[in-house]
Amino acid sequence: MDERDELLELLCENARYSTADLARLTGRDEEAVEEAIDELEAQGVVQGYTAIVDWDAVGDERVQAHVECNVTLDRETSYRDVAKRLAGFPEVQGLRLVSGDYDFALEVEGQNMREVSRFISDKVAPLPEITQTVTHYIMETYKQGGYRFDDGGDDDRLSVTP
Amino acid sequence: MTLTPSDRVAEVPPSGIRRFFELAEEMDDVISLGVGEPDFSAPWAAREAAITSLERGQTSYTANRGKRELREEIARDVRRWNLEYDPDDEILVTAGASEALDLAFRALVNPGDTVAVAQPCYVSYEPGVTFAGGEVLDVPTRVEDEFKLTPEVLSEAGAEDADLLVYCYPNNPTGATMNRAELFEVAQFCREHDVDVLSDEIYADLTYEGEHVSIAEFDGMRERTVVFNGFSKAYAMTGLRLGYAMGPAEVISAMNRVHQYTMLSAPTTAQHAAIEALRNCEEEVAEMRKQYDRRRNFVLSRFEEMGVDCFEATGAFYVFPECPGDDAEQFAEDLLEAEQVAMVPGSAFGAGADGHLRASYATGLDELKEAMDRLERFVA
Repeated sequence: MDERDELLELLCENARYSTADLARLTGRDEEAVEEAIDELEAQGVVQGYTAIVDWDAVGDERVQAHVECNVTLDRETSYRDVAKRLAGFPEVQGLRLVSGDYDFALEVEGQNMREVSRFISDKVAPLPEITQTVTHYIMETYKQGGYRFDDGGDDDRLSVTP
Repeated sequence: MTLTPSDRVAEVPPSGIRRFFELAEEMDDVISLGVGEPDFSAPWAAREAAITSLERGQTSYTANRGKRELREEIARDVRRWNLEYDPDDEILVTAGASEALDLAFRALVNPGDTVAVAQPCYVSYEPGVTFAGGEVLDVPTRVEDEFKLTPEVLSEAGAEDADLLVYCYPNNPTGATMNRAELFEVAQFCREHDVDVLSDEIYADLTYEGEHVSIAEFDGMRERTVVFNGFSKAYAMTGLRLGYAMGPAEVISAMNRVHQYTMLSAPTTAQHAAIEALRNCEEEVAEMRKQYDRRRNFVLSRFEEMGVDCFEATGAFYVFPECPGDDAEQFAEDLLEAEQVAMVPGSAFGAGADGHLRASYATGLDELKEAMDRLERFVA
């Protein structure tokens, strides 16, 4: 694995690794690591850094939904054009064009079900290219971004072993 | 009359880490770098195979030597280390590599036989020799030799007269490994002086620099070597208790004679998991090895930054820094009391280990970072 891939892998694992930590983990020079990350950011390879949060754990009542969207296109409108409009809504946390029974998969977040429902019916469904939406509310998250929410990480090994 | 332990058992002192272990157990918020087992779980496919075997009701004994299917997989797997063993009569599946070693001591050691033990080493070798009625000959390896076994070290200890030599590379507790040229010299010494070898290779898959080499690949060594391995370390299957021994048919048969009267057969469920592990879990092993390697880099860097001399471990999941204080046992206890970080004093692992500490990096990186921060504060 080259340096670039290794750094990306480590940042995906934990975006909070300091450049000093990344240098220690990879056995490389700290300055070189810093330069490589700057370059990855400048090239748009690294688009941002975020935390994976189990909102239930802090008693937050926010609601998330997975929304399937079907669209019809014409000569003047492409998937990219529709995606641009959908991505502009701050409620849309994730947006992907997918193969299969529907076209776009949206991740929508709101403070409650009413807010999410209203967003879909008032903002998404009326778009002229949208022909159908199917909303699935997220009931429980068990794993996100590779992290298991039910894994307490309890270490039941003996404190000291041979 | 009261029940009294035999002289042989009474002769063996309690483990050197017992007192330290008890101290660590009593305290809260301890970050333990004293754990000699992976913090990963066994690959899911292996666990799934174990579950399926239970669902199918495969809960009876297997052949004493282990399921033939598993022995075939082992024979196939070890070819990557240039080892060729017949699954019919040269491989024995045991309840952990520890059982395999114990069987070898009992099957090969006559009362009064001398067993040279390369040290620092896993804590069970010496008691195993004593339980079998043998005499232990300490062979302390040296930090200036990177804790490698050399003909000089063997000669200095008087190992020419030993009947058996037991060692472990990659090594617990030092993390040292031996390359082909170095092992070749040891092989020459053993052939020349007619010393048989018990080669514990349980950490073979956790070799980070260079390749793992077994002494049994050299001419004339296969006949005088028993190789030990298992699923505890590389496959993170410690609790499933599964290991194996490979050697000449006559020796494996003798070991099996002891095994069939004590263990009968290794755990059946674990054997099903092990078959799957060997067939389909190569990627998970590679991933775990990669994670350990990163942690190794991290821990070695931190020791260097805090000015603590640390031998550059190239295998297993331990580093073996020199103790910053005069007395490693006292240092380990003080560190535990002051900062709740557990590192095992080297003296627990025999000769040549004084003045060192063993730190395992088989723990999550966040905890490792915290442990290193605390250690840095302590030694400042």
